[in-house]
Amino acid sequence: MKRRLVLPARSVPRFSRRIALVALPLLSATHGCSKKDEAPAAPASAAAADGKPAAAAPSDATLTVGFIYVGPKDDYGYNQAHHEGAVAVSKLPGIKIREEEKVPETLDVQKTMESMINLDGAKLLFPTSFGYFDPHILKIAEKYPDVKFFHCGGLYQEGKHPKNVGSYFGYIDEAEYVAGIVAGGTTKSNKLGFIAAKPIPQVLRNINSYTLGARSVNPKVEVTVIFTGDWAMPVKEAEAANSLIDQGADVLTSHVDSPKVVIETAEKRGVFSTGYHANQAQLAPKGYLTGAEWNWEKVYQAYIEKTQAGQMADHLVRGGFSSGFIKLSPYGAAVSDAVKAQAEDAKAKLTAGSLVIYQGPLKDNAGKELIAAGAKKEPTDITLESMNYLVAGVKGTLN
Amino acid sequence: MQATTESPGLGAAAPRPAAPKTRVPGLGALGPRLEAFVIPLLALVVSFVLFGAFVALAGHPPLAVFYEMYRGAFGTWFSFQNTLQRASPLLLTALCTALPARAGLVVIGGEGAFVLGGLAAGAAGVGLAGSPPTTVVAGMFSAGALAGALWIGAAGLLRAKRGVNETISSLLLSYIGIALLNHCVEGPLRDPESLNKPSTRHIGEANLIGAMPGLDVHWGLVVGIVACLAAYVLTERTVFGFSAALVGGNARAARLSGVKVSQVLIIMCALGGAAAGTAGAFEVAAVHGRANASLVAGYGYAGILVSFLARHHGLAIIPVSLFLGGIAASGGLLQRVFGLPDATVNVLQGILFVVLIASDTLYGRVRYRAPAEAS
Repeated sequence: MKRRLVLPARSVPRFSRRIALVALPLLSATHGCSKKDEAPAAPASAAAADGKPAAAAPSDATLTVGFIYVGPKDDYGYNQAHHEGAVAVSKLPGIKIREEEKVPETLDVQKTMESMINLDGAKLLFPTSFGYFDPHILKIAEKYPDVKFFHCGGLYQEGKHPKNVGSYFGYIDEAEYVAGIVAGGTTKSNKLGFIAAKPIPQVLRNINSYTLGARSVNPKVEVTVIFTGDWAMPVKEAEAANSLIDQGADVLTSHVDSPKVVIETAEKRGVFSTGYHANQAQLAPKGYLTGAEWNWEKVYQAYIEKTQAGQMADHLVRGGFSSGFIKLSPYGAAVSDAVKAQAEDAKAKLTAGSLVIYQGPLKDNAGKELIAAGAKKEPTDITLESMNYLVAGVKGTLN
Repeated sequence: MQATTESPGLGAAAPRPAAPKTRVPGLGALGPRLEAFVIPLLALVVSFVLFGAFVALAGHPPLAVFYEMYRGAFGTWFSFQNTLQRASPLLLTALCTALPARAGLVVIGGEGAFVLGGLAAGAAGVGLAGSPPTTVVAGMFSAGALAGALWIGAAGLLRAKRGVNETISSLLLSYIGIALLNHCVEGPLRDPESLNKPSTRHIGEANLIGAMPGLDVHWGLVVGIVACLAAYVLTERTVFGFSAALVGGNARAARLSGVKVSQVLIIMCALGGAAAGTAGAFEVAAVHGRANASLVAGYGYAGILVSFLARHHGLAIIPVSLFLGGIAASGGLLQRVFGLPDATVNVLQGILFVVLIASDTLYGRVRYRAPAEAS
């Protein structure tokens, strides 16, 4: 009855089952395109053009700093770690920050950078996602030589890349090593689970350091790794977490953009977890042991001070515990005092440089020798950055 | 356009006898041509009013938000170019849904054709390294279009020969396409130097297509517009287009009239896939210079939305793409000026989509008071 009033009869066939069928994918389509739509940037050099600087144009004394994230800034992970750093530096005198989240690694990020420069008057940009660098940052940096671009990842090459670009990264595997000690000391089943995005060097280094840490206090420990294939695959991450728990793992950790799903699944299933990127303790009040966190505040502050002083910072900046680039989440209630002591001891040695994670004799998980007895690779060793192996103690393969 | 012509096939089922129209004395019906403008316009106004209410609830003055959106999308030269740039992939990916829709198919697998087009273009660019740039570029675009055509053409073939639902198969093919891309860039086609971001080798600076002269927009825009015009001519002004509409309206009747139904279905799907594949090739040839996971950015899915909003009409895709490109371009500004969440523009898109679909019901029902009675 009512429908007849609303729909003219001849349009009824058009609203048949077919359209209902279409509606679902379309809804997800709107969602899917979000990735690109939202990201955007908006535009406009209007600040200068129409004389209506709006909230945008900064006074001479203020330095406007732009932060760009590939995912949501409250993801409990990679993006949140950067966002927390941004919020911390926004409190410094003479600083105004502008943030944009969920910007894909496409032309969108180029437009966002240009928009921040043209419209917000940004002079310093932190486009944080690894994939923003080439070609996006390189292209925009050439176009705007007065603006400084600092990128997270360590890709800068002297002589090849524009002078107003720099890279920073941290030896977060040091914190993973300590988290591994805590996990290895706490596990009852001697089985740890590691859920990772892709078998790329940065990820492998974390898996290996975690395993070496765990086995340094408990040689019986075995770490099973599952690669999900991409940085944000919440469903696969949950499946992997459940599967690892079913196989007997009682501590889980991860290297994906947002560890949220893994940590929550572990908590729900009553097993322990260690975090990554940011502090996830509030997601798992019972089972969260500790976590490897970035401390970008420190890095950003250093860059901002250099910029305010009118200098270009070093093109390549790196550091671990000793330079304050990374930190550990506070230990959870389930961590015993003995394990805490072991962890703190390792952390102190790593900070002092007296403990080197990659030292011989070290074999991969197929028995091939990687580092001969007596030899060692300092954190700064460049060969660690093209790591393509899993150390003994890791169950899993790269392909 | 008239409701009866624009979505052939979408509702080939259940024909019903037309209900007698209730005539209100003194009211005349709008003509179909006028309706085609008035109703979408009305839907736009309603959408923006609803969106305004939404941002007001979020604690921001709607007019200021609209002003910033205008500034972000069209207000300055930089903004306008930003909008044009964002519209260009949508022009092509929308055709991937629009062309098969003329033959009554609902294809939503543009994303797969897009990423495979990009992958094929990247592979061709690497494979042809050393050839003159024109050869490389021609090879890349042929490969991209061909990959997209094969992919969506396969969905059309399954539909035509085996009766497999093309909506489901094209969507599932997209997932396979994305998995293929990841496999190739992380495996056989990987540039060993791309350590932490697996990619194919770079196609070489000389082979990159630059921006159009005087603009910060790449050539994909022009190609997209030409493709939309060509799609319009094909669907509205050719015998083949007419036979496709016939298939969309009633495949059995079309077969009885001597139309080769399978052929029409497969060709329309392949053409749509070729358009999306070309868009993917532009992404590699004009933006990234190599194929990698950045191709999976949702352009293919966004094209579905464009096509439906444009009611699968080649000409209408152009303004709709610009419009959605503009919304996309203004999204960042809303985040930065008002601190609105990034999903804000999604809310607007969702409202637009629902209101426009709902406005379909108004065709043939909008009346105005004839001047004589009005006085």
